[in-house]
Amino acid sequence: MVELSLPQNSRVGEGKSWPAATGARLKEFQVYRWNPDDGQNPTVDSYTIDLDECGPMVLDAIIKIKNEIDPTLTFRRSCREGICGSCAMNIDGTNTLACTKGIDEVDGPVKIYPLPHLPVVKDLVPDLTRFYAQHRSIEPWLQTVSPEPQREWAQSKDDREKLDGLYECILCACCSTSCPSYWWNGDRYLGPAVLLQAYRWLIDSRDEATGDRLDNLEDPFRLYRCHTIMNCAKACPKGLNPAKAIAEIKKMMVERRV
Amino acid sequence: MSSSSSQDQRPLSPHLQVYKPMLTTAMSIVHRITGVALYFGSLLVAWWLVAAASGSDYFSLVNGFLGSWFGRIILFGYTWALIHHAIGGVRHLIWDTGRGFELDTVEWMARANLIGSTGLTVLLWIIGYSVR
Repeated sequence: MVELSLPQNSRVGEGKSWPAATGARLKEFQVYRWNPDDGQNPTVDSYTIDLDECGPMVLDAIIKIKNEIDPTLTFRRSCREGICGSCAMNIDGTNTLACTKGIDEVDGPVKIYPLPHLPVVKDLVPDLTRFYAQHRSIEPWLQTVSPEPQREWAQSKDDREKLDGLYECILCACCSTSCPSYWWNGDRYLGPAVLLQAYRWLIDSRDEATGDRLDNLEDPFRLYRCHTIMNCAKACPKGLNPAKAIAEIKKMMVERRV
Repeated sequence: MSSSSSQDQRPLSPHLQVYKPMLTTAMSIVHRITGVALYFGSLLVAWWLVAAASGSDYFSLVNGFLGSWFGRIILFGYTWALIHHAIGGVRHLIWDTGRGFELDTVEWMARANLIGSTGLTVLLWIIGYSVR
């Protein structure tokens, strides 16, 4: 349902300004904080660090903050090279990976929030349970009825190429949580990431469950809440285009009827 | 471990409040708003036609209202909504064929819709006034 404002317990208050570093290239980071243990509303804390003493990426900065200023700052991170998807967050107003977002891409203070419109577990860690359950619902694995071949399931080069722009998805959830339609109807709309994954299996020449997969998506909400707002493709840190994948699914729905 | 009660208290992360406004997003919501506005605009047209059918006294009243400066502002808005929604509809038709999803194309189409609808509306009114 469309709710433009935040619930009472989610309104963001003013937080702490941590003592600024000294140095020539100072940069302020305004970071969303919420502690599940103190019963308070979320706040935005301000940290100022010296960029000469910091790596180039936003992830470098928040790791530095955690290591040197405030060890309670909580966020997910792992690979630091844009392949695990853990450090997805809202930076400077758009969803992206902290590890591939350069600090120098942001003018003024760097504003960092958790991925939008999700329950917050702590600070920059959102609860992605529903997102993963939705991914499970599209059965993201190869399904076949033909007898298993002696060797691997063969695929022509042309058919393999159809998976380009799809298989690269790392399920970071940047796209889904950038989508207003997913914000308002995330309980029933599958969202761009999961639909791109669905298309990845629909278009796979080796998969033999195409009809069942389309049946599962033939629903006013699961698929058709996409209104081509395009926030997803703009947010994707891997340069993929979930909106186009969704359009291709809609086309498959029409084509199987004619 | 977090209990279910602490899960209930989890805040919702900010969304509209923090997300950077984008032209494409704006054009999407404007498409919805103009679509709703067209219902009211069509009612105005129907009202005008009903008035024309129900006699000269009532027609001159309705026609006078629609011809007043206030009525004209409403009609100007209706013209813009109609043209904006029509161009937006063409954009959606192109998308329905699986084309036009490249980011620069999407941006271009959003701008073209905004500029095109405004330009065509003004043009239509200039033509309207000049043939009066």
